[in-house]
Amino acid sequence: MSEAILELDGLSKVYPGGLKALDDVNLTIRKGEIFALLGPNGAGKTTLIGAVCGLVRPTSGTIRAFGHDLATDWRKARARIGLVPQELSTDMFEPVQRAVAYSRGLFGLAPDPARIEEILRSLSLWDKKDERIMALSGGMKRRVLIAKALAHEPDLLFLDEPTAGVDVELRKGMWAIIDQMRAKGVTVILTTHYIEEAEEMADRVGIIRKGQLIMVDEKEAMMARLGRTEAHISLASPLSELPPALAQYPIELEEGGTSLCYRGGDGTGRGKAEVADITKALIGSGIDYKGIDVRESSLEDIFVSLLGEEEEQPA
Amino acid sequence: MIGWRSTWSIYTRELMRFLRTAFQSVLAPVLTTSLYFIVFGAAIGGRMPDLGGVDYGAFIIPGLLMLTLLGETTSNSSFGIYMPRFTGTIYELLSAPVGVAETLIGFVGAAMTKSLILAAIILLTARLFVDYSIAHPLLAVLYIMLVAAAFSLFGFILGIWADNFEKLGIIPMLFLTPLTFLGGTFYSIDMLPKPWDTIALANPIVYLVSGLRWTFYGSSDVNIWVSFGITLGFLAACTAVIAYIFKTGWRLRA
Ligand SMILES: Nc1ncnc2c1ncn2[C@@H]1O[C@H](COP(=O)(O)OP(=O)(O)O)[C@@H](O)[C@H]1O
Ligand SMILES: [Mg+2]
Repeated sequence: MSEAILELDGLSKVYPGGLKALDDVNLTIRKGEIFALLGPNGAGKTTLIGAVCGLVRPTSGTIRAFGHDLATDWRKARARIGLVPQELSTDMFEPVQRAVAYSRGLFGLAPDPARIEEILRSLSLWDKKDERIMALSGGMKRRVLIAKALAHEPDLLFLDEPTAGVDVELRKGMWAIIDQMRAKGVTVILTTHYIEEAEEMADRVGIIRKGQLIMVDEKEAMMARLGRTEAHISLASPLSELPPALAQYPIELEEGGTSLCYRGGDGTGRGKAEVADITKALIGSGIDYKGIDVRESSLEDIFVSLLGEEEEQPA
Repeated sequence: MIGWRSTWSIYTRELMRFLRTAFQSVLAPVLTTSLYFIVFGAAIGGRMPDLGGVDYGAFIIPGLLMLTLLGETTSNSSFGIYMPRFTGTIYELLSAPVGVAETLIGFVGAAMTKSLILAAIILLTARLFVDYSIAHPLLAVLYIMLVAAAFSLFGFILGIWADNFEKLGIIPMLFLTPLTFLGGTFYSIDMLPKPWDTIALANPIVYLVSGLRWTFYGSSDVNIWVSFGITLGFLAACTAVIAYIFKTGWRLRA
C-alpha cells in the first residue's frame, strides 16, 4: 500500500443551524489513487471537500494532508491541493489565459507561460485562451476551472461533481482528463452521484450518506461483495412450475409463468456462467425460450440496496 | 511569513479590474468634481470672502477631494471583496495558501493605488477651475495615503459584512456622504453658530477634512496632529477588526 496523502480522523461538521453535515468521518487516501465519494444530494460531499480545502471550519476532528496538520500547517498543505468547485464560479470578464495565470500566482508559484500553455492545450482550451470566460460554453467553463486548479501543479486534486449537468460526450471528456491525472500520478478525489462515473473512473469508492461514511472499499471488492447478476428468460410457452433440472439455481417463475427470473452470482462473473448453465438445462429439459436479458448489477444497485438496508434498521 | 507572489497576484488582478472599467471609474469623479467647482467654486465662490486667507474656490478643494476619496475608496474596496463572495469565486482565495497579510496587502493595496490615481485626477481637474498651491505636498500625499488605507480597510469590512447589495450601498449613502458634507467640506467649522461648532467636532470626518486642508494651506479647524492621530486610530481599529474576521472566518468560511 502506498503512502497516505490525506487522513481524516473523526471529522465532524455541524453548521450553525445545527445540521450535522459530517459525522465522525474517518478516511485515508493513498498517493496516486482515484477516489470517488458517492452519495445523494445533501450527503455532505461538498462539506467534506470544503473542510479539507479551507472553505469550511470543521467542528471537530483532524485533517492531515501530506503529513501536515491543516489546523496549523495549512499553508504548506494548501499549496499542494487543487480544487474544482461544484458551482461554475469564475470571473466572467477575465480572459481564460490570464485567469489561469492568476491562479498559479495566487498559489505562490513563479509565472510559467509554457506550463500554462501545456495545461490549456491538454484541456483543449488553447484556442480560447484570449476569450472572456463568459463567452464560453458550460463545459468549457468547467475546464477553465480545472485549468485554474491545475495551474499550481497540485499533488491532490478535488473535483466536486465534475460532470453534473454535462452531456454524455463531455462526461467522457472528463473521464479522459482524470485518466491524464492518473498517468501523472496526481491523486484525485471526486464526488458524484452518477454511479456510472465512480464505476468508470475510481479505484476506490466511499459511500456517504447523511454525513456518515457508510462504506469504503476497492471498487472491485465492493462489486464482488455486493454485485449480482439478474437474468430474465422469456419462455416460448408458459410453465406452471419450475422443472427439476433448475431446482438448484436461485430462480423463480414470474409474469404468470411466461418468464424465468434468475438472481445470483457475486459480481465476479459467476452469475453469467450460471445463466449459461441454466440455458443449457432448459434446452436439456426441452423448454424453448424467446429471449434472454442479462444484467450485471451496477454500483447504483449496490448503493440502493445499501441505503435500503440502512433504512430498514431501526434507529 | 508573507507570500509575496500571492500578494502581487491579488494586487495586479485587482488593479486590472479597475483598468477594465477605467473609463467609468475616472469619468464619474472628474464630472462630479467639475460640477462642484462650477457651482461652488465659480458661481457661489465669487461672492464668498476668503477663508483663513484662502480663496473660497481653493478652500473647498481638500474637502471635495476627501468627499470623492472616501466614497470611491470605500466602494472600490467593498466591491473588491463582496463580488467574489457574491459570485462564489472567493473559493479560490480561501483555498489558496494565503492569509490575512497577503489578502489585505493585495486588496487594500490595490484600492489605495486606485484612490491615489483618483486623487491625482481630481487635483488636476481642480486646476482647470481654480489656482492653488499645496503648502506641504509630501505630507498631503502621506495623509491621502493614510486615509485611503483606512477607508480601504473600512470598505473591506463592509464588503465582508454585507450579505446583499443594499447593505453594501447603505453605509456610504447613510453615513459617509452626509457626514462628509457636514464635515466642513464647504465651510469652516467656526462659521457655524454655537453650539453647532462644538457638536460638529463629534463628526470624525471633520478631522479628516481639516487634516488634509492643513497639508494644503497650513491652517485648519483642528490641530493637524489630532487629525493624524484619529486617522491612524481608525486605521488600527479597522486592521484589528479584519484580523479578527480572518481568525474566526466570519462570513468567509462556513
Ligand atoms: N453553509 C451552510 N450552512 C448550513 N447548512 C449547509 C451549508 N452548506 C451545506 N449545508 C447543508 O449540509 C448538508 C450537506 O451539504 P453538502 O455538503 O453540500 O452535500 P452534497 O455536496 O453531498 O450535496 C446539506 O443538508 C446542506 O443543506
Ligand atoms: Mg455538493
